[in-house]
Amino acid sequence: MAEAHPVGFRWVMKAKERGARVIHVDPRYGRTSQLADLHVPIRAGTDVAFLGGLIRHVIETESYFKEYVVAYTNASTIVCDAFRDTEDLNGLFSGFDSATGRYDPASWGYEDCAVGFSAGVHEHATQAFREHTGAGMDLRGVRHDDNLQDPRCVFQVLRRHFSRYTPEMVEQICGISREQFMAVADALIANSGRERTGMFCYANGWTQHSGAVQMIRSAAILQLLLGNVGRPGGGIMAMRGHASIQGSTDIPTLYDLLPGYLHMPTTREGHLTLKEYIGVGKADTGWWSHFDAYIVSLLKAWFGEAATEQNDYGFGWLPKLTGNHSHFSTTLRTLDGGVEGMFVMGQNPAVGSQHSGLQRRALAKLKWLVVRDLAEIETATFWRDSPEVQSGELSPEAIQTEVFLMPVASHIEKEGTFTNTQRLVQFRDKALHPPGDARSELWFMHHLTKRVKAHYAGSERKRDWPLVNLKWDYPEHGVVREPDVEAVIKEVNGYDVATNRPVDSFDQLRSDGSTACGCWIYSGIYKDGVNQARRRIPGDISAPGGIVSPEWAWAWPANRRILYNRASADPHGKPWSERKRYVWWDEHEQKWAGYDVPDFPATKRPDYQAPPNARGMDAISGSDPFIMMADGRGWLYSPSGLLDGPLPTYYEPLESPVPNFLYPEVEGNPATIRWRRPENPYHAAGDPRYPVVATTFRLTEHHTAGGMSRTVPWLVELQPEMFAEIDPQLAADRGIDDGGWMTIVTERAEIEARAVVTDRIRPIKVDGQVIHQVALPWHWGYSGLSVGDTANELVALSGDPNVSIQDDKAFTCDVRAGRRRGPSTARLAGVTLSGHHVRPNEDDPSAENPQEASR
Amino acid sequence: MSTSVPDTEIAIHRAGAQRMGFFTDTSVCIGCKACEVACKQWNDLPADGSQTGKGVSYDHTGDLSASSWRHVRFVELFEPSPQLKEEAQRALDAGAGGKLPAIPAAGAIDLVDAAGPAPDIVDVAEAVRKMGDWVFMSDVCKHCTNSGCLDACPTGALIRTEHQTVVLQPDVCNGCGYCVPACPFGVVDRDPEDGRAGKCTLCYDRLQDGLEPACAKSCPTDSIQFGPHEELVEIASRRVAELHLRGIEGAYLYGAGDEPEDQLAGGLGSFFLLTEPPERYGLPAHADSPVQENVVPATVAAVTAGLLATAGAVLAFTAAGRRARRTPGGAW
Repeated sequence: MAEAHPVGFRWVMKAKERGARVIHVDPRYGRTSQLADLHVPIRAGTDVAFLGGLIRHVIETESYFKEYVVAYTNASTIVCDAFRDTEDLNGLFSGFDSATGRYDPASWGYEDCAVGFSAGVHEHATQAFREHTGAGMDLRGVRHDDNLQDPRCVFQVLRRHFSRYTPEMVEQICGISREQFMAVADALIANSGRERTGMFCYANGWTQHSGAVQMIRSAAILQLLLGNVGRPGGGIMAMRGHASIQGSTDIPTLYDLLPGYLHMPTTREGHLTLKEYIGVGKADTGWWSHFDAYIVSLLKAWFGEAATEQNDYGFGWLPKLTGNHSHFSTTLRTLDGGVEGMFVMGQNPAVGSQHSGLQRRALAKLKWLVVRDLAEIETATFWRDSPEVQSGELSPEAIQTEVFLMPVASHIEKEGTFTNTQRLVQFRDKALHPPGDARSELWFMHHLTKRVKAHYAGSERKRDWPLVNLKWDYPEHGVVREPDVEAVIKEVNGYDVATNRPVDSFDQLRSDGSTACGCWIYSGIYKDGVNQARRRIPGDISAPGGIVSPEWAWAWPANRRILYNRASADPHGKPWSERKRYVWWDEHEQKWAGYDVPDFPATKRPDYQAPPNARGMDAISGSDPFIMMADGRGWLYSPSGLLDGPLPTYYEPLESPVPNFLYPEVEGNPATIRWRRPENPYHAAGDPRYPVVATTFRLTEHHTAGGMSRTVPWLVELQPEMFAEIDPQLAADRGIDDGGWMTIVTERAEIEARAVVTDRIRPIKVDGQVIHQVALPWHWGYSGLSVGDTANELVALSGDPNVSIQDDKAFTCDVRAGRRRGPSTARLAGVTLSGHHVRPNEDDPSAENPQEASR
Repeated sequence: MSTSVPDTEIAIHRAGAQRMGFFTDTSVCIGCKACEVACKQWNDLPADGSQTGKGVSYDHTGDLSASSWRHVRFVELFEPSPQLKEEAQRALDAGAGGKLPAIPAAGAIDLVDAAGPAPDIVDVAEAVRKMGDWVFMSDVCKHCTNSGCLDACPTGALIRTEHQTVVLQPDVCNGCGYCVPACPFGVVDRDPEDGRAGKCTLCYDRLQDGLEPACAKSCPTDSIQFGPHEELVEIASRRVAELHLRGIEGAYLYGAGDEPEDQLAGGLGSFFLLTEPPERYGLPAHADSPVQENVVPATVAAVTAGLLATAGAVLAFTAAGRRARRTPGGAW
């Protein structure tokens, strides 16, 4: 965190000065490790074993926060009797189809709980959120055991599931000594419970794995057991990969989401009419019961007056997903000729995306490519400068891609909001005008759309309806006719259609077409016509609850700073501890009060019991804090929503030098997406040619794919060259000198780097065998002041089953001394393309991503 | 600690001006190098050209120079000494287990008490807790009380400001380079192309407008603190005491709080909190302005030599006179 979020790390340092313990778990000893109280070196990719070990320890020593667990989690819920755990099936859950490599989650539900959605084939990464939240679950028949003794209650299932994650197993798999394990466990336990809370912070070291979602879930389970969710100083902070990427999932640039985490409709799940879509998405119970108001208001924002009840508010013209359209699927489709053109804005796949040699070959298949960036990045110059062109494998004359490089305004040359990981939305003014033709994204998309609309104006064709009727009347100002950003914010906030008045919150959104809203979770950001995100009033920080600073900018939803904060008070509405009081029931005023906006219906009494047939929010009792879930509870066990299991299970990374000691019969995550094509070879488990574990990391001095940092002389001189960190024993064994050249090799590519021989990266003892690890910064490419080989060339394409994210934090490789012997991705040149050809308007069956079990 | 300005210095005096300085607390430095970049950006200094291996570890700046006025050092100390290993083994044998050391929260003691008995976290041998150390330190001009560069400068380019900082005026500098060997810390240097010397000004221009120096402003963890020198020394002393309480016995101030006979260059305007011996940071354990350090002995030597020479001359003449008188009828 000190390396990648140095300014944010300021707050960790402040906490440390106030007595907080800081523990850093990471394969390498980095700058964060130095400032931590304890650094725990871990074998890359084995976090589920470590976290599972902590879960087991907390359960077995009865160190969990019992009242919290019983009242606020689904620990007491009885699970379906058809459910079989990985302990029963040698590493698989019930419902696995080895032919397709997918799970049927029907047996994972609660007992006697009608699942409500069709258990059938689900595309990876097109998970309807209803499954995340249990929308459609009929909870009437569900049994509980508040004593947590029933062998089929979630608590006992959890206990049994993690029973073999002993400290000895943790040492065997992760290479973490028992002493260190106990130090972490003791610190966590001592700082949880009524009086104290602990927080987890993670970044790409947890997200970029073949079982990433389950890894993060392990921490969620642990935090729920310890009573650390919804309380100040607790929770899990996802430190994101770049500024405002939180905003880019809120108002998304993700293919499978609509604004506010509504799901994109698909062609397969009966989403062709609005009614069907709502029927599938709307929850019977819990907060998602208001789902219809959000989708209708969104459509009204987009299509304005043209959206009416009669035409389903234009729903029929929304694009529908036919499969997994995530980045890698699209890359492969492009490689196969199925994509004609692409906009790449603020991204650099030629360096920043995995299997970058393949990414560049895919770019060469496009007819046109628009790149918007601050510098002439590798994605814009691949046709002239890429390693494939330099080696002669591809030539500029033969590459047909027409590239448009458009200059952009930097973040101080435009106004708009940044959304931080804690959902804080901060508006920034513009400080100076961008030079020349450089323009903001807002300007670009606004004027591009205007021209497209002008082109289709007056068209009678049905297919042009969405373009003709897209509501696009933002006022413009200034010489360059910059669109008015506050008009956009107001639309995102939502407004009453008849009066044009901004809504106060998403409570005021309606499903009858009388409201419009660009993103329901941001409702309230323009309350009273005031740009709430522009506020910078810290308030009296030293006053009780002053640290909440509710007038500093604005957080979604509804300016709540801690989600699920009902959980900071006990079932009676009294804070668990006075020291950690945050939100509580005010008996005198008969409403919830506190330092933050209560994340609970304002006047729902703590002793309210939901009647048996209650619907919507009436089904949530006064002591169910997790209102987004159908049963109002934090899910230790996920009866729905995840594609690879209701519980996290330890699997080896996609590429690993050692077997899975917990489940020898299942090496890697069986549900991980593997694209099996000749251009995308994987290393088999234990492949002796690739015995070294590789991981990637970031430097403070450079930023992502380097477009913003390797072009700045002052930054280049701070870290001038691509390097790799390697331990002295491996270096000695391979004849690699500190400061000398070394080459890192996988089946995909070989790259060269300067060797940094250091004790900060240590070999790990795994089951008596010594495993070496190397760490690679991924900032380098072939454009800029400082050029160097690209770490991402080494990594294969793969995807976590739930979100399609790649595994580049733990893969295997080999290293040798000296510079590379030829072009870095030469091994791809010799590979026959798999013969897949797709026409641009054709459905691609390979988008189904046929799965194979990882046997 | 001497705060008076020697009469030999060219100095600016302004009523009400205080001595200003830096307190660089290396115990909270995260090695981010924002200070290096902010300094270059504010002072419009050129990049030095990228070269791996100028320094060690993550340090590619190497040294303070005419165009690098802040320099972050990285020292990797990862070989546990046999002694530490022994201690660790003894602790483990005694059943200490792997627990975190007790670090009472200074300032948060009340809160901990309110929560009931403090968590039972037992002291553990240093070696178990920390198998190594990666020390970060942002080096800068020390703005010495006895300023070697200022003393050596023949042109008056180097002056003492009203804040008792030392500033180099590039339009006066003739590039003679006398200041370079005179600095015991290796701070000031000549630019190889330009010829003139350059060093940190403690952002003299920003101080004129009541702004803090660029490096202090940009430091995310307040490792670099700026303010009136006296206040900084107080803050720093309290910080050292706090760290000792937390079990970081090796913390000390470099350049402040010393007895007069132990002072570095008479006391540093820009001083540091270190946790390792100074040599580990590339700093001298003893230092002074070579001119001032040598003034008394040089004077004594010179005067003594002069007296001896005079005495010798007088003796030579008087001896010759006696020889002449002994010779009858001899010539004078």
